[in-house]
Amino acid sequence: MSSNSANGNGIVGTRVPLIDALKKTTGEGFYTDDIKLPGMIVGKILRSPHPHARVKRIDVSKAEALTGVHAVLTGDEPGAQNRFGVLPISRDEIALPKPGAAGRAGRVLYVGDCVAAVAADNEEIALQALALLDVEYEIVPAIIRVEKGLEKTTEPIQDRTKDGTNVHKTVEQQFGDVAGVLDNSAHVRTNEFEFIGVNHAFTEPMATIAHYDADDRLVLWSAQQVPHYLHRALADVMEMPMHRIRVIRPMVGGGFGGKSDPFPHEMIASLLSRKCRRPVKILFDREEVFYNNHGRHPTKTRIIVAADKDGMLTALDVDATIDGGAWGSFGVVTTYYNGVLAMGPYRIDNFNYAGRRVYTNKAPCGAMRGHGAVNTRFSFEVTLDQLADDLKMDPCDLRLKNLLPANTETINGFRITSNGTRECIERARERSGWDQKYGQLPFGQGIGLSCGFYISGSAHRIHFNELPHSTVHIKIDMDGGVTVHCMAAEIGQGSDTMLAQCVAESLGIKMERIRIFSADSDTDPVDLGSYSSRVTFMAGNAAVRAAEKIREKLIQAAARKTGYPAGGFVLTNEKVVYKPNPDIFLTFDEALTAALAKSGALIAKGAYLDPPPIGKRNEFKGWRAGLSPTYSFQAYMAQVHVDPETFEVRVQKVWAAHDCGKALNPLAVEGQIEGCVHMGLGQVLMEDMSYLHGTIQGPNFLDYRTLTPMQMPDVDVIIVESGDPEGPFGAKEAGEGPLLPILPAVANAIYDAVGVRVFSLPITPDKLWKAAQRQGVKID
Amino acid sequence: MAKKLITLKVNGSPHEVAVREYDVLLDVIREHLNLTGTKRGCDLGTCGCCAVLVEGRAKLACLTLALECVGREITTIEGLKSQVIHPLQKTFAEAGGSQCGFCTQGFIMTAKALLDEKPNPSRAEIEEAISGNLCRCTGYIKIVDAIEMAATEMRGS
Repeated sequence: MSSNSANGNGIVGTRVPLIDALKKTTGEGFYTDDIKLPGMIVGKILRSPHPHARVKRIDVSKAEALTGVHAVLTGDEPGAQNRFGVLPISRDEIALPKPGAAGRAGRVLYVGDCVAAVAADNEEIALQALALLDVEYEIVPAIIRVEKGLEKTTEPIQDRTKDGTNVHKTVEQQFGDVAGVLDNSAHVRTNEFEFIGVNHAFTEPMATIAHYDADDRLVLWSAQQVPHYLHRALADVMEMPMHRIRVIRPMVGGGFGGKSDPFPHEMIASLLSRKCRRPVKILFDREEVFYNNHGRHPTKTRIIVAADKDGMLTALDVDATIDGGAWGSFGVVTTYYNGVLAMGPYRIDNFNYAGRRVYTNKAPCGAMRGHGAVNTRFSFEVTLDQLADDLKMDPCDLRLKNLLPANTETINGFRITSNGTRECIERARERSGWDQKYGQLPFGQGIGLSCGFYISGSAHRIHFNELPHSTVHIKIDMDGGVTVHCMAAEIGQGSDTMLAQCVAESLGIKMERIRIFSADSDTDPVDLGSYSSRVTFMAGNAAVRAAEKIREKLIQAAARKTGYPAGGFVLTNEKVVYKPNPDIFLTFDEALTAALAKSGALIAKGAYLDPPPIGKRNEFKGWRAGLSPTYSFQAYMAQVHVDPETFEVRVQKVWAAHDCGKALNPLAVEGQIEGCVHMGLGQVLMEDMSYLHGTIQGPNFLDYRTLTPMQMPDVDVIIVESGDPEGPFGAKEAGEGPLLPILPAVANAIYDAVGVRVFSLPITPDKLWKAAQRQGVKID
Repeated sequence: MAKKLITLKVNGSPHEVAVREYDVLLDVIREHLNLTGTKRGCDLGTCGCCAVLVEGRAKLACLTLALECVGREITTIEGLKSQVIHPLQKTFAEAGGSQCGFCTQGFIMTAKALLDEKPNPSRAEIEEAISGNLCRCTGYIKIVDAIEMAATEMRGS
């Protein structure tokens, strides 16, 4: 049977509670900070009060002399200066600056950057020891504004930048003839947008425990989305072979991209432990989480969209200046994604993109749910709304007219297979009553639309090699339990449940037989991690392939035992049944016993390698960026009320149509979509990580506001199933794409409500009021 | 600072612990008693992950002094499950009210205090009651669903 259709065992496609949910609701589940090891001590990091400074000297003598202190760590420690970073192409991070060293090696780069660290018997002593560290800084001029980073400077923040500036990465791509088309298009709209940075705001602070043990092995427990890249980075920093390092991922209290880099605190804990030979735990306070950041990049986006007189889109031109903060992180990918993911779900034959990511002396930015695509999506969909106005077309009709079909290729080489955008728009339109509402609601009320488009995993690896993207091992022994191993990181999104469903469906058995091991690099095979919305597609496929091999062994055993031909057997309802005559069957346990005879435990392995060759190979620089085995599509409508006195925006209802190929677990898909709506509404309406003189304003949950339960609208989740030809049981991603359309849908609804556009996020009441004044809108 | 020996009644059992005047209940519960179901999310009373019941009322353990709790009945998430699982623990799982799970116990303890006082709350009342708890995964919708389901179940039993 093909892996693309459900076996009809009723496990895939049904609402399944997450298999670890009871552990979480009872408090039995443990996260990194819940672990206590014998002899464990506390690590603490001294953080820079300056946005940019040379560390001239650190006097550690008083701290070292304090009773209860076991290790003091500076950049003089072997390994503390070794470069690392999630992308091999920009490894510009170091654990600690080397006192007195010239250049980047001796500097701290942002307020909150790590300066030195201690390990002590308890937190109180550790904090005393930090206070006893005597650091001499020499202030270096700080680059705070992104425009300043474009200029030449004598001392760039990082040492590999463009021509003496602080530019980290530039991307330029041109397809077709944008300039020519712009001259001849009936309708052209140009806008400039400004996006402030936002933070993931997961509830579990960073936590890590390092134990450099008696066998000279390093064991690291860490709250991580991508244990594999951490594993690689640890090997580089510690200068140890990977097999001498073991990475364990306990339960993770939310990630959203914010736990997907290898971090300095993980290196620091490891170095501290190697120095004092004790298990060392580092737990962040909430303020440190904000300093560590790696959230969505502040961005300035200039966009031009053109259409002919009939409303066919003719050209798209995007220019993005991206504020990276002090480190590279995923920033090269971010720079590409701000452009290359813009066009879908529309067919546009002329496209230009110019993007640049700039280092500044602020907390590093990195990957966050909808990585790289959110701000450009907002810019594009708001501009499309203006074009619909210019064309006097309904925004739904304008979009429907320009959709990519299924099974096509875009001009930048994306292979589009399954595509449910049309159904997304049509169903959201019907359920929302769009045709009775758009342009017709009373002043102060409005409805808005946006589409979305996102990758379902990256087709190309961060590390160029021929290893699988994901590998799954299955073992069944005489106890009848099915053990599934795969390092795909369960971070609350339900990947363990997804693996269990894929295996149970393939073997026709109950979920309760399955146990997932996805936490330990010693025992669980490599999966590249929970980022770029890749796990359901890639690990799901690997799980199905492994399960199919197990299925074959059970069928062979049943055939031997019964004397009927193997080709007639199926696994269903805990039985191995001879389909032509269902009275002939073995129970799963009987078939298992037969299969184990003279062989022992059944073991099988499945892997997801690659999609078929896709993309315009080597035809232009960056041809790989944005290539995915398949893409998700969305259409959202939001209905808002704008208070005419306070200009406060209340989102009343959202209709969220998302094409996830096939909802393996509709309960989990709904949860992802509702969570995405919440997070996106935060960015469009209130979340604000602003800086004053290089310092984050309000690095805590009182000042950094997210939507409360009382502000959360009703969400009508509309799951569209386009049946992906290569996805496991037809599935593709549901974790990130559903964030994209909510932001522009709300902005477009605000325009429908009060006729005002705000070109900088978040759209707070004061900005909306000022824009209304400027745009001459009279509100009574 | 000298420590005081106090007895705290947690989940029905007395525990003798040595605390300083400024020690908060969260530290005592997690570090001394090793009841790690109660989570530390911010230490500032801003996330609700550490909510416990003190005399049946939801309190943030990170802002509650241990000394204040002498002679009071303290219930943590571990104490909610006796022989059988509490309806809230079941419905949060079934309704998808828990994703990463880090905030979950705080919501459950807050909801327990609400339902004990008000067995049939409206959705708006539930939303208000949990508005001091932060969840970044669910968008709160399935959390409110779970509390409604538990309320129905608890009224029926």
